Amino acid sequence: MDKNGIIQAQGLSKRFGAIQAVDRLNFSVKEGEIFGFLGPNGAGKTTTIRMLVGLLRPDSGTALVNGYDVLNEPVRAKGSVGVVPESSNLYGELSAMENLIYMAQLYDVPKKEWVPRGEELLQEFNLLDRKNGKFQGFSRGMKRRLTIAAALVHRPRILFLDEPTTGLDVMSARGLRAVVKNLKKKGVTVFLTTHLIQEAEDLCDRVAIIVKGKIRITDTPEALKESVKETEVLEMKVQPFPPSLPKDMEVIQGVEKATIIEDKLRLYGKSLHGSIAPIINQLDAKGITTFSIHTLTPTLEDAFVKLTGVDAESMRVDKPIKTGGPG
Amino acid sequence: MMGKEIKIAYYIARKDLKAYYLKPPLISWGIMLPIVFILAFYLRNPEGISEIGPGLVGMTMLFSTTSMAAIVISFEKRIDALERLLMAPIHLRTILIGKGLGAAAFGFAMGLIALLLIVFVFGLHIAHPFSLLVSLLLSSFVFAFLGILISVGVREIFEAMTLSNFFRFPMIFLCGVFSPICTMPLALQIIGFCLPLTYSVDALRQSLLSHGGVIHRWLDILILAGFCLMLFEIALIIFRKRTQESS
Repeated sequence: MDKNGIIQAQGLSKRFGAIQAVDRLNFSVKEGEIFGFLGPNGAGKTTTIRMLVGLLRPDSGTALVNGYDVLNEPVRAKGSVGVVPESSNLYGELSAMENLIYMAQLYDVPKKEWVPRGEELLQEFNLLDRKNGKFQGFSRGMKRRLTIAAALVHRPRILFLDEPTTGLDVMSARGLRAVVKNLKKKGVTVFLTTHLIQEAEDLCDRVAIIVKGKIRITDTPEALKESVKETEVLEMKVQPFPPSLPKDMEVIQGVEKATIIEDKLRLYGKSLHGSIAPIINQLDAKGITTFSIHTLTPTLEDAFVKLTGVDAESMRVDKPIKTGGPG
Repeated sequence: MMGKEIKIAYYIARKDLKAYYLKPPLISWGIMLPIVFILAFYLRNPEGISEIGPGLVGMTMLFSTTSMAAIVISFEKRIDALERLLMAPIHLRTILIGKGLGAAAFGFAMGLIALLLIVFVFGLHIAHPFSLLVSLLLSSFVFAFLGILISVGVREIFEAMTLSNFFRFPMIFLCGVFSPICTMPLALQIIGFCLPLTYSVDALRQSLLSHGGVIHRWLDILILAGFCLMLFEIALIIFRKRTQESS
């Protein structure tokens, strides 16, 4: 583990009743990088963030954030980071500007900077024309942008983003990813969690894949893809899709893993070309029609499936969004 | 350091007042509650208003403060807005002081409205203005922290309201609001002396009427200060425990 990391976790564990949410995590985040925690819902991503930002006390292990021990110096650690939780939880009754000023007050920003800093952030996040609009009247994308702006009001060196694009439309999500890339250019270290493989590939300098509370692997998206470069990937459009289809395919010699991604069957193996005939025969025998077959260059999604055994399709399921709140 | 925490507690209270307490429906409810309480008892017994006036002021403060403190905290917990405060570099103690300050300011204003009605409309004379002011202030903080204690221990607004009523309604009958506590059976007197409204009403009664006290008004005030600290510390312990339990 890099002892100079701006975020360092050692042996972090947290249990809720019978569930081991996070199990002895060790990782280090370098200053200025975008570090992603990638995993399916319930993998322990949010629990990890909550421990790192002092919202949750770990059962065991230590974490240093910006040089502060989050257990022994929680107030100092909190003061040096910005946190964007999964729900956009600013105050619905307050305007955009009032929300930013309130955050500046909570983070002890000097009074003379409240309004200029608020206007600077509203300008940067393209919300200046709505500075007097109440948060509760904003669209989901605008709420998300303002929540990120609020987390930056005290100019933190580290920004924690929990599932930043969950529930957003394609355009808002794209805009937010541009915002995150821009933060990196300004030297802000970003720690983000996501269940979206494409998002991790687009944004992150390094990715830690977490499944059932344990980190399976940490590396750059390129290196993770490299780890599956020997793997051939076949994508097949077939109909119908019986639930047992992936399992039926995995018994064919040469097929190491089968999964359904969107409405296509994806097969992984070292020498799949030699297995095409038995694959089609197996499909025919089950009364499944094959419409097309493509070979693909392995992506991070393929690396994820290969390394974790988790179906990529399960990663596409968003967590339910809280209703009744401002977010 | 201390000054910074006090300043932040003030900002939290100011935000609560702006976002929740100073809304037209709450202001109208806050004005209507004491008027309705006092008119109801005045129409029943016009001569007796001076005797039960202090109790009505205390009761008005109890209901308005505990209700609002419990609603605001439960609501913010429900919408994750309370988490916003937990993520900020401030102590849990400061958060609760800020929340208590906002609720107490609202309760104090409600108590003042009830007091003004009794003093100016029904012509009551204030015997000890300073102890009256201290009693009003301390009572509003005691009831604010009672409301906070109830709300930090529950998850939903309706639970907070149900639990509030569990404490509030018995207090009306056990704390000397309508009849002096000494006239009650001993067992009820013992329960009554364990409840903060007893000391609030007793201090208000002596400060307003100069008679009818059970114990000296400054002793009442001292005990109210003790309740204030005790309720705050218990609320803090539960709040700390609950914030660590949430996943």
